[in-house]
Amino acid sequence: MNLRFDIMIPELFLFGWAIVVLTADLFFIKEKKNALLYMSQFGFLAAAALVIFTPTGPNEVGFGYMFYNDTFASFFKIVILLAGFMAVSSSFEAVQKSIEHKGEFFGLVIMSAVGMMFLVSSTELVSLYVALELSTIPLFILTAFQKRYLKSSEAGLKYLILGALSSALLLYGMSFMYGMTGTTVLLAGSITMLLNSANVHYGLVLSLVLVVAGLGFKLALVPFHMWAPDVYEGAPTPITSYLSVASKAAGLAALTRIVYGFYTVGTAAEYWGILIAILAALAMIIGNFAALLQSNIKRMLAYSSIAQAGYILVGFVAASQLGLSGISIYIFAYLFANMGAFAIVVAVDHKLNSDRIEDYAGMARRSPLIAVCMTIFLLSLAGIPPTAGFIAKYKVFMAAIENGTLFWLVMIAVATTVVSIFYYARVIKEMFITEREVESSESKWILSSPITIAILVGLIGTLIIGIYPEPFLELASTVTQSFVY
Amino acid sequence: MFNLLWLVPAIPYFSFVILAVFGKRMPRSLSGLLGVGSVGISAVISVLIGIQFMSSPPAGDFFMQKLWTWMGVGNFQPEIAFHLDALSLLMMLVVTVVGFLIHLYSWEFMEDDEGFSRFFAYMNLFVGSMLTLVLANNLVLLYLGWEGVGLCSYLLIGFWYKDSENGAAARKAFIVTRVGDTAMAIGLFLLFWNLGTLDIQEILNSASMQWETGSGLALAVGLLLLGGAVGKSAQLPLQVWLPDAMAGPSPVSALIHAATMVTAGVYLIARTHVIFDLAPIAQTVVAIVGAATLLIAGFSALKQHDIKRVLAYSTISQIGYMFLALGVGAYSAAMFHFMTHAFFKALLFLGAGALIMCLHHEHNMFKMGGMRKQLPLTFWTFLIGSGALAAVPLITAGFYSKDLILWRAWTSDSGSPILWLAGIVGAFITAVYTFRMVFVTFFGKAKMQANHRPGARISLPLVVLAVLALIGGFVEMPHTLGHFAPFSKFMHSVLPEVHGAHLSISIELLFQIIAVVITLTGILTAYIFYYRKPELAENMAKSGFGSALGRFFYSGWGFDWFYYKFIVGPFVWIARVNKKDIIDFIYTIMAMICQIFNFVFRQTQNGRIRFYAAGIAFGAVIIVAIVMFT
Repeated sequence: MNLRFDIMIPELFLFGWAIVVLTADLFFIKEKKNALLYMSQFGFLAAAALVIFTPTGPNEVGFGYMFYNDTFASFFKIVILLAGFMAVSSSFEAVQKSIEHKGEFFGLVIMSAVGMMFLVSSTELVSLYVALELSTIPLFILTAFQKRYLKSSEAGLKYLILGALSSALLLYGMSFMYGMTGTTVLLAGSITMLLNSANVHYGLVLSLVLVVAGLGFKLALVPFHMWAPDVYEGAPTPITSYLSVASKAAGLAALTRIVYGFYTVGTAAEYWGILIAILAALAMIIGNFAALLQSNIKRMLAYSSIAQAGYILVGFVAASQLGLSGISIYIFAYLFANMGAFAIVVAVDHKLNSDRIEDYAGMARRSPLIAVCMTIFLLSLAGIPPTAGFIAKYKVFMAAIENGTLFWLVMIAVATTVVSIFYYARVIKEMFITEREVESSESKWILSSPITIAILVGLIGTLIIGIYPEPFLELASTVTQSFVY
Repeated sequence: MFNLLWLVPAIPYFSFVILAVFGKRMPRSLSGLLGVGSVGISAVISVLIGIQFMSSPPAGDFFMQKLWTWMGVGNFQPEIAFHLDALSLLMMLVVTVVGFLIHLYSWEFMEDDEGFSRFFAYMNLFVGSMLTLVLANNLVLLYLGWEGVGLCSYLLIGFWYKDSENGAAARKAFIVTRVGDTAMAIGLFLLFWNLGTLDIQEILNSASMQWETGSGLALAVGLLLLGGAVGKSAQLPLQVWLPDAMAGPSPVSALIHAATMVTAGVYLIARTHVIFDLAPIAQTVVAIVGAATLLIAGFSALKQHDIKRVLAYSTISQIGYMFLALGVGAYSAAMFHFMTHAFFKALLFLGAGALIMCLHHEHNMFKMGGMRKQLPLTFWTFLIGSGALAAVPLITAGFYSKDLILWRAWTSDSGSPILWLAGIVGAFITAVYTFRMVFVTFFGKAKMQANHRPGARISLPLVVLAVLALIGGFVEMPHTLGHFAPFSKFMHSVLPEVHGAHLSISIELLFQIIAVVITLTGILTAYIFYYRKPELAENMAKSGFGSALGRFFYSGWGFDWFYYKFIVGPFVWIARVNKKDIIDFIYTIMAMICQIFNFVFRQTQNGRIRFYAAGIAFGAVIIVAIVMFT
């Protein structure tokens, strides 16, 4: 047992910080509770800095393969921490208005991030499962955090029950994996097993589908997605944004670990490609079409994020250097655009008390800057240059085309992208074209500085990756180093 | 120093972003300082780069600065990269230096305008786009700059958008140039498709190696590029937008519609001259277009009474001269005229702007008169500009550049006496309409009272440009004056020398004497008709034939009428007939299918957790089945 606490420093720090925030709640009087938000922001940024300075590489393995700090893990940790940072930043207004126990709120967000960080570093089934639960359980609570708001409680309960179901599926699948190989370690080299004999056919398929179903729940893949719109709508909006990005990124990392680490060995490699391709196609088709006529922007973005997961899987199926780096850049682009869009949803919700798309009418007149930012985020989600989303989609599609057998999937992806432009553009149309009487009392919107920071980070990220993608592409290509194809 | 090249376009872009975002909240002085200062810094850097380029030229006579690759797929590698050679250096210098003077002028000119910071935001965006256009090392970036300047032209023509006429003029400019842009885009696609690279230098190299002289492909590309150039530079048959573009503020006319953007077509042809060398027919078309345009626009200028419209037609006509030079292979002569024209035409527009500003926004020069005494500085600088435009011999820059073009029009291998004749007739008309403008505006009895005199920020650019309009021609002297020609020598690192018979100095002298006589006769004609004996001109205008011809010229040879009748009219008619949009029907069906899908998928979202859980379970089972049996 090699106790490598040194490569775990960011996680340990953030765990400690969660407790600090929880405790600090006791010492602040009611008017000063904003400090908790700033403390959480600091925690996320400091942890991100620690991640950058923590060594990465093939030798940074600890606790008997339970914790592996490769570039892949640290990349996803950065994504998770940035998402956490932007989520707490954009929660300023929401927390002031409707969150009662602020210490618990922020403490749980941080705790969930700790779980996700462990999750992306896990290369062993047991630690992976524990980390997954550590990241998910705080999210159940956070979803139901607005106790007095019926939808919030309902969403939390749905999330909990379906989450338990998906955990069961995942564990069942994992037990098959263990049964076939006798090991819980996911590194290709250590799997000595019967995988090359024909008898394991059914076991392999079953375990694969069960594991993918369990993680597919986290990623909100069709047909395991149905919780997403209800939960997204009911949860406090900053938590929704956190769910849609961080939770998805962590789930994706776990899926990558399991599929690339386990199912690429021997005959197992034959099975997962078609499975993931089908799931990708389903997610893109159903996510995009279902989003078309949503009247609630949170539900619309929920379906949009289901579809986005589909696009990510397109790169995933490509199973190549290019594909994996495509996924990484996609997650990055998605992070900035989606978090930014949700930050604006929070702002609008705060000012107008509404999540309905039709209430975005006249936004360009009321506060043109917010309208322009929102437009850029939506265009990026739709994949239109010169935004990050374009580069990301382009990379992912490119990887799939180079794979050679996935042309049909790329066709679906492109066609559904066209569909997606409709619902993104609908919001833009409302903001810029639909006329609306603006009452003089609501003339000027002044946003708090934390939420402005969240929007700005999203904006800068979206535009820089779109215009000057080179360094990010290089970063994304280093992510693939830990995997063998 | 060369490494600072990227800053030249970057600084105006940066200033544009700041002004666009924070402009409204800034004090005017800060907006002005930012808008003018950014172009000023660009100009300083450009000049420093220019000095270094000329004193110690980089290897191969060009400098390439690659910033990054935007994205890459196969041959499609659009880089953000700049290519600096003699040609783009000249363009860059003119754009930044003249641009800076015009910005400085605008600071005072637009002082009281409510859209002050918006104005400078657009102007800076324009300068950035124009620099992107001239410095681009690949087709994508070139096209970006090309469309960027078009956009700014649109925004600035319609700057005073509250008057719907200005909006109409802006739309007209945008749509007419779009016709040319489409042709050009097709030409660029052809180049990329055929030669497999976006890099302009590589394209030119491989075109000259792979294509045969006179090949159909070269001809097609040449004509398509010419289409783009014709649209942007307001040449026949797409010249109709420029006179209306005068709806924009005067500094805009000076910067965009005289000195820089409208010469982008000239730049494009000079930049891609290799293709035109390979397609002699296309090159001849260039010359013919130039000759025809300079005559048509010149005659139109004769009858205008809005001072800015005179200058607009004059600009079309002068760019016609540049096209004529390009068409006979005298590329450096075209660029020379571009430079001197930028000086004197910007000066004239700014002078006209100063007049208009001091005379309660009066555009009609027949209502001005006698401004010589009231606005002496404006008069003297305007006179110098007019002298240069009319090519007053020896002392003005316009003389040297126009003389060179006329000389090449005949003596170059692809020149001909007819082209020369067109040029010389054009020179006569130029002299007449120019001095008609001078006499009517500045001489005679004052019909209006100027409300104030221009201040320092307007006067300084006028004086500097006047000096440039005088001395700018001395960089290229004809053989008869000692053949001191550093300009063409400098340009020859990029542009080929003219092929033509070497004729003796005495013949050249004869040509020059003819040109001088023509010019002076033109000025004299204007003097007689518009100063000494104005009744002569009035009588002529009253006669039946005279008034018909006058109306014909006034309307710009009826092009607008023609286009309206035969293009706009039918188009509107088709649009009206097809109001229900037959093609749209297909899309309506697609939209309905999407709605059906949407309806079906929404049914699964019933909010019941039992259903969701069942969905997960059955979904897993079905997927197991699919994977197991495929």
